[in-house]
Amino acid sequence: MVEIQKKRIPWNLIKDKLFLSIILVLSFLILVPVIWILGYIFYEGFSYVNWSLLIGDERNGGILNAIVGSLIMVIVATLFAVPVGVLAGIFLSENKQSRFAEIIRVLVDVLQGVPSIVIGIIAYVWIVLPLKSFSAFSGALALSIIMLPVIIKNTEESLKLIPGLLKEAAYSIGAPYHKVIIDIVLPACLSGILTGILVAIARVFGETAPLLFTAFGNPDLQFSLFKPMEALPPLIYKYASSPDTDMIHKAWAASLILAVIVLILNISTRLVIKKLKR
Amino acid sequence: MAMTKEKDKLKVEMLDLFYGANHALKKINIKIPANNIIAFIGPSGCGKSSLLKCLNRMNDLVSNAVITGLVTLDNNDIYDKKQDVTQLRRKVGMVFQKPNPFPKSIFDNVAYGIRISGEKNKQKITDIVEDSLKRVGLWKEVENRLFDSALALSGGQAQRLCIARTIATQPEVILMDEPTSALDPISTQVIEELILELKESYTVVIVTHNMQQAARISDITSFFYLGEIIEVNPTHKLFTTPENKLTEKYVTGRFG
Ligand SMILES: Nc1ncnc2c1ncn2[C@@H]1O[C@H](COP(=O)(O)OP(=O)(O)OP(=O)(O)O)[C@@H](O)[C@H]1O
Ligand SMILES: [Mg+2]
Repeated sequence: MVEIQKKRIPWNLIKDKLFLSIILVLSFLILVPVIWILGYIFYEGFSYVNWSLLIGDERNGGILNAIVGSLIMVIVATLFAVPVGVLAGIFLSENKQSRFAEIIRVLVDVLQGVPSIVIGIIAYVWIVLPLKSFSAFSGALALSIIMLPVIIKNTEESLKLIPGLLKEAAYSIGAPYHKVIIDIVLPACLSGILTGILVAIARVFGETAPLLFTAFGNPDLQFSLFKPMEALPPLIYKYASSPDTDMIHKAWAASLILAVIVLILNISTRLVIKKLKR
Repeated sequence: MAMTKEKDKLKVEMLDLFYGANHALKKINIKIPANNIIAFIGPSGCGKSSLLKCLNRMNDLVSNAVITGLVTLDNNDIYDKKQDVTQLRRKVGMVFQKPNPFPKSIFDNVAYGIRISGEKNKQKITDIVEDSLKRVGLWKEVENRLFDSALALSGGQAQRLCIARTIATQPEVILMDEPTSALDPISTQVIEELILELKESYTVVIVTHNMQQAARISDITSFFYLGEIIEVNPTHKLFTTPENKLTEKYVTGRFG
């Protein structure tokens, strides 16, 4: 017995080392394109970021209208998508067996697979045509529909991780259903839900297609939800395909600004989550 | 059922429990008199925890559990459609086999039940929390870190916290599922003394694998085997002159 074990130990150690190195190499391989892309955007865009770009709208050679438009539409989309998505996620995790939940689950999967341009067209038919005008509102709605499946799935998954013991404890001292969910379940998986919301926001910050037929674009800085509005991704698309080198430089600068906004959002949410966990 | 004596706090009549196809409890009949400690003993998997969970309707949370028969608290059918389950569970509190503190502070764990029952007076809540923690012998260990997370407590401390959480809501009946199985001898003694003290004002049902514990603290003992109650008798009688051969084998440790 003792001899057998002695012989096996080196082999296991070698296998462990091998496994660890494979994991390290693979994660490095993933890191390379990410860093390369970010580095490239920084390299191409940084020298063209300047004050006049940040404080003027397109008529005055800046992109402020697109920055503000992106922020407004994403915020409005988040305000729509978060309550609906989180509640739907709670419903799905609380009713694992029910037929209705099963149907919703399938629909959410389907929704996740619908190309974002199609969602843009739907928002066009639902909102733009009846109101007879392109609008930030219709753009935000399209974005919120794209956010929904991400938030729902993530909420459902993080709620599933809550041990049944915890809910039992709350029920056993006479907490009613809504109290169990609000006081015990939601705080326990808040960080998971926030992560899902963050992923959804980061995704729609970069969406171009759903805004083409909805928010449409607007060279002026404006704050009304019922008028056309510019956003960063369509602006980048427009500028990058122009023959004018000045426009192409601005497209790189706008790309860098978009990446930085998403990065700031990401880091600050992570800090908040860390605070909450403590 | 006109013969019911006032004194029976809880009564179970012809109760059957199925988890899907698994017939976990068979024709259970038992009366639990007020201000008594009743112990459930029996081998693992024989249905002790399951019966406990029928008494405060925790089995409602198990989707494939089907219960037939009658369970009454103070002669009221607790499975009646009109029964408010949250109200029932405030009257019939429970301590679980595994400690399950909330991911909140130590203070909030104990205060939670008091708060949801509608108590708003901060001083009163603070007093009850302190008193409950003292009664389970946890106060000295945690008085300087009441507002730290309860998840940092050791297993035994967490279990005592859960007991404090249950007694803080002042239920009428307390169901305890092996409350001392994770505790050291000193804490076990504190809890046993607490249970004896609770008897003055409450009714206690305790599941235990520790035969000496059942003998030390309970008034009535009930022996379970394969989903059936084989024998219910005053504890002294059940341990010295059991009526059933199986009970005798089990309590003398010659089971198998
Ligand atoms: N939630 C559940 N779903 C399905 N079956 C269950 C469930 N809970 C318990 N059972 C089954 O019911 C039977 C009785 O279990 P129970 O937990 O009541 O036993 P116990 O007497 O408390 O055992 P132990 O002493 O090990 O705690 C077992 O066969 C168990 O597998
Ligand atoms: Mg058990």
